[in-house]
Amino acid sequence: MKGHDEMINEMRKIEEKAFIWRQIRSSAMFVVVTLSTMLVIAPLVIMIGYVIVNGLGAIDADFFTGELGSPARAMAGKETGLGHTMIGTFVVDTLALIISAPIGVAAGILLSEYPAHRLNPLLRVMNDTLNGMPAIMKGLLAFALIVRPMGTFSGLSGSVALAIVMIPIAARSAESALSNVPWAIREAGLAIGLPRWRVIMSAVMPAAKNGLVTGFLLAFARAAGEAAPLMFTSFGSNYLPDHWMGFILSPVDTLPQRLYALAVSPYKEWHTMGWGAALVLMVFVAGLFILARILTNKKLQNA
Amino acid sequence: MVDELVAEDTLLQNLTKHETAPVKLETRDLSVSYGNNVGLSGVSMQIHDQRVTALIGPSGCGKSTFLRALNRMHELNRGVTVSGRVLLDGKDIYGRDVNPVLVRRRIGMVFQKPTPFPTMSVFDNVVAGLKLQGVKNKKFLSEICEKALRQAALFDEVKDRLNSPGGSLSGGQQQRLSIARALAIEPEVLLMDEPTSSLDPISSMKIEELIKGLSDEYAIVIVTHNLQQAARISDRTAFFYMGRLIEYDSTSDMLTRPSDIRTENYITGRFG
Repeated sequence: MKGHDEMINEMRKIEEKAFIWRQIRSSAMFVVVTLSTMLVIAPLVIMIGYVIVNGLGAIDADFFTGELGSPARAMAGKETGLGHTMIGTFVVDTLALIISAPIGVAAGILLSEYPAHRLNPLLRVMNDTLNGMPAIMKGLLAFALIVRPMGTFSGLSGSVALAIVMIPIAARSAESALSNVPWAIREAGLAIGLPRWRVIMSAVMPAAKNGLVTGFLLAFARAAGEAAPLMFTSFGSNYLPDHWMGFILSPVDTLPQRLYALAVSPYKEWHTMGWGAALVLMVFVAGLFILARILTNKKLQNA
Repeated sequence: MVDELVAEDTLLQNLTKHETAPVKLETRDLSVSYGNNVGLSGVSMQIHDQRVTALIGPSGCGKSTFLRALNRMHELNRGVTVSGRVLLDGKDIYGRDVNPVLVRRRIGMVFQKPTPFPTMSVFDNVVAGLKLQGVKNKKFLSEICEKALRQAALFDEVKDRLNSPGGSLSGGQQQRLSIARALAIEPEVLLMDEPTSSLDPISSMKIEELIKGLSDEYAIVIVTHNLQQAARISDRTAFFYMGRLIEYDSTSDMLTRPSDIRTENYITGRFG
């Protein structure tokens, strides 16, 4: 029996050793995972902090309403206002959403509700490809489709370019919002003698409402940050249009593209202003994301 | 051809022997396949008006597949093919000129799990079939709503909260709401796919009583896993096994003197 006791002792020692190693490995992995997480969060925190620190100084009454984009004023050390830029961003982005939302929903309906449809696989591939295309090419497309025939840069062409950015995102999120609605709802609708389109419109879409809205907000926020598609479509403008139609039919200023223009300018004052523009854009986009989160959480609570 | 005639002849004799109620729904050589898998093969049977017909059999035997073929519910699913005929009052519901939407207005369906429309009130749920088809007359709708809820034995429980969401009711109430919603469009046939399997015993009992009451007006076909339930509520029972109709007889005969060994094995609990 002595041999047996020795064996047990031996095993205990081995286990103790293994225990220490396990602990070391565990702590090491914990450090790695924590550091990785911090690396993920760091750029966001640094970016937000940097933009706030540099941007806050630029924001005063003149920032919104000062005389617009006058180089003479800039050289005199005075800042120019971005009020018209903010209105322009809102108009161009909203119009883009109005154009893209119905198309996105329609594509989402085909993807989710008619999985057996012949066009479905093709649509899925095309949609993902479109999503992966560089945004500047979408601007080129809008340039060819709208700017050339109209003979002028315009807010409308900018909206079309941004709509092309939004459509694939809206379509995919509409698809997932709709397919989250239990299949049984559709059968229940058919079983009481409703046509398929009626079931989709009156039973499935209302049930997916929060998901649909969240998807649009995310698409909207994504497009709101795009500068490239707007460079040769809405182009930019230094003036508030005389008439509201000017926001659609003539060149319009938008935050991302104005931010770019200010950043590459030679004037220090304009750089400061660029930080201000970045701050406004960031607050706008972050606001949309937060709104989307609130709506998503509401959906989870209801489910 | 001759076989077919003989088969029909025997069916007719069986009919005169057991049933006096007219035939409401009839299937002829009905088969359903999912891609390469056969779900149902060559089922011919007659379903009588004002009677409860129970479909029994082990899981995967084709009884739900059969039920769903009776109102063209398979059409939503990919790769499902249906062959053979389903005659409603003698007219094939799979005919070329037949609109499946109109078929489903005459042949209603209640599912295993209660399926209230999540965004609609109790009232809107009940009248959804009418309201979403464009019926706007409020007085008419509320009359229909009350009638359907009374038929489903739910009116007294929900009359004070017709405007609260359908999902706020209990599971048993939701299932009766689903039945009321099916009844509101005044179908002629009611198909029920294990309507009590997700409910507690008291709710199940209420729904069984409801089914017995409704059988005065409708042809009811009910899929059930519960033989006692089939015995309590049905007039005739069909036993399905491996996608085929094995035996179809009056419920009392079938459950006491099955003529096929497979039916006997099933109802005595040897398999399934």
